[in-house]
Amino acid sequence: MKVRAAIIGSGNIGTDLLYKALRSSLIEPVWMVGIDAASEGLQRARDRGVKTTSEGIAGLLPHLAKDKIRIAFDATSAHAHQENAKKLEPLGVTMIDLTPAALGPYCIPPVNLREHVGKKLTNVNMVSCGGQATIPMVAAVSRVQAVGYAEIVATVASRSIGPGTRQNIDEFTRTTARAVEKIGGAKRGKAIIVINPAEPPLIMRDTIHCLTEAEPRQQEIARSIAEMLAEVQRYVPGYQMKSDPVFDGKRVTVFIEVAGLGDYLPTYAGNLDIMTAAALRTGELFAEEMV
Amino acid sequence: MNLRGKKVVLHDMCLRDGMHPKRHQISLEQMVGVASALDQAGVPLIEVTHGDGLGGASINYGFGLHSDEQYLRAVVPKMKQAKISALLLPGIGTVDGLKMAADAGVRTLRIATHCTEADVAAQHIGTACKLGLDTVGFLMMAHMSTPEQLLTQAKRMESDGANCIYITDSAGTMLPDDVTARVALFRQELRAKTEVGFHGHHNLALGIANSLAAVEAGASRIDGSAAGLGAGAGNTPLEVFVAVLDRMGVEHGVDLYKLMDVAEDLVLPMMDAPVRIDRDSLILGYAGVYSSFLLFAKRASVRYGVSSRDILVEMGRRKTVGGQEDLIEQVAIEMAAKKNG
Repeated sequence: MKVRAAIIGSGNIGTDLLYKALRSSLIEPVWMVGIDAASEGLQRARDRGVKTTSEGIAGLLPHLAKDKIRIAFDATSAHAHQENAKKLEPLGVTMIDLTPAALGPYCIPPVNLREHVGKKLTNVNMVSCGGQATIPMVAAVSRVQAVGYAEIVATVASRSIGPGTRQNIDEFTRTTARAVEKIGGAKRGKAIIVINPAEPPLIMRDTIHCLTEAEPRQQEIARSIAEMLAEVQRYVPGYQMKSDPVFDGKRVTVFIEVAGLGDYLPTYAGNLDIMTAAALRTGELFAEEMV
Repeated sequence: MNLRGKKVVLHDMCLRDGMHPKRHQISLEQMVGVASALDQAGVPLIEVTHGDGLGGASINYGFGLHSDEQYLRAVVPKMKQAKISALLLPGIGTVDGLKMAADAGVRTLRIATHCTEADVAAQHIGTACKLGLDTVGFLMMAHMSTPEQLLTQAKRMESDGANCIYITDSAGTMLPDDVTARVALFRQELRAKTEVGFHGHHNLALGIANSLAAVEAGASRIDGSAAGLGAGAGNTPLEVFVAVLDRMGVEHGVDLYKLMDVAEDLVLPMMDAPVRIDRDSLILGYAGVYSSFLLFAKRASVRYGVSSRDILVEMGRRKTVGGQEDLIEQVAIEMAAKKNG
């Protein structure tokens, strides 16, 4: 039996997540929650037989119990998530937070998904698209040797960045930088996001720079990075390295490109995929525990 | 062209845009020395920040010799008449940097976005307004948008609270008519009290001509840099521009002789290499590429044995925007791999 879930937020991320969740063998998306009746995401949800409300979280609350909603994916905004979490968590709903609110612990599946098993968490945070794409590589270096500083640069297509992210771009850089430290294992972290409006849109690309404290052990790091690459590719097949890792003194640099599956936005928007695929994988882990 | 009787506010860039050719290694003594001399020369506005704005210190853009805060706290108290400005690029810096700058005494905050992405600056423009700062929207790579597209972004920044909007020719690729079309449309469509500014680069040697076109079309703030110290072939050389404005009867309030001496005696000796139109900076202007990419392409050229000019052309072909310095090394690696078969 699948665990029943709601998706809150009918923008780019919520809609892409809906498509992936509809294919899940462990999760059944039952509700899609928006705040705009004319939202394309809600229309697409209705077309696929998912119940919708355009009255925000208030429109979902009366149906929670009878529809047995156990998991809610929140793809709204950091501010809205705080409100949503306050209302849903006391009702026994586990929140998977795709906003930068970061009320719960960070989850970057290939790095720390298993740490969340058996803890009865009510809220986990998926950091950011840039974090999902880069922190595995920071961790791949830091599990070999100490990283004093790591910096990630995420370049994304203008069309793939919705109004929520735009209004709160500082939340992206802050939350990602903190997770580069906490989950990536760097002593100090920095995150940069660049938005490019080129047509046709560019595929999400990420640069990960690490400064190791001692001279980098090149072979071990290259092997660790290759293993991490394979681990991420298990749930995001379009996650690729553009060259071998660069070693320059104590700098280790990795260039990544993330092509999506094209579920909602076309394949250039790998930033949506890596976020929604990571969130779904996390939700599935919790679902396994619930059944 | 008759500009007689017009007034412009001149804004010096050599301690911010000039950080690019200096790889952000300007010393505190040089910062204070140059800023004080510009202050004495009557330059009303001087920008002091990492080349890529507040919080730009990074592997990607280069670490500064000192932090933004150290530079600002050293320079601001020394100013007699000049005001110090700071630059912020959302996505690189945050409102934390903005608040620090305001606390350090910065009175003009310039919030820069790519010319199509003004809405990422709303929270920063809003915060700068709330702090009572002279708040400037800075639309970079302005050649990549039509005047009409650029205007929609300018209006967005204006409605978020900016009191001045800049047309920023980051690639030094605009022609005087391009400048005229954009400034004139802004002047016609923005609120009367909203100022319009122009920031030029000298990659096609059009810094002066473009700035004059901007003044003629109604711009009231013009960026330049003593001795031209800035990214690419540098910014509009400020002392040259002042000499031209003098001859044309434009009011600007700067002492030409003192400014010439700052350029010659203080800024020129600081240059690690001549800031001039070489084949790489010329190609920036010719191909419309972000001027700060210059030194990164030169370094990647040495490391990977490919032509810096070819790297820059490829960066242009890929429609890159400001901030994508990290792609330069990847492009060089790909070009080297192709070359070596």
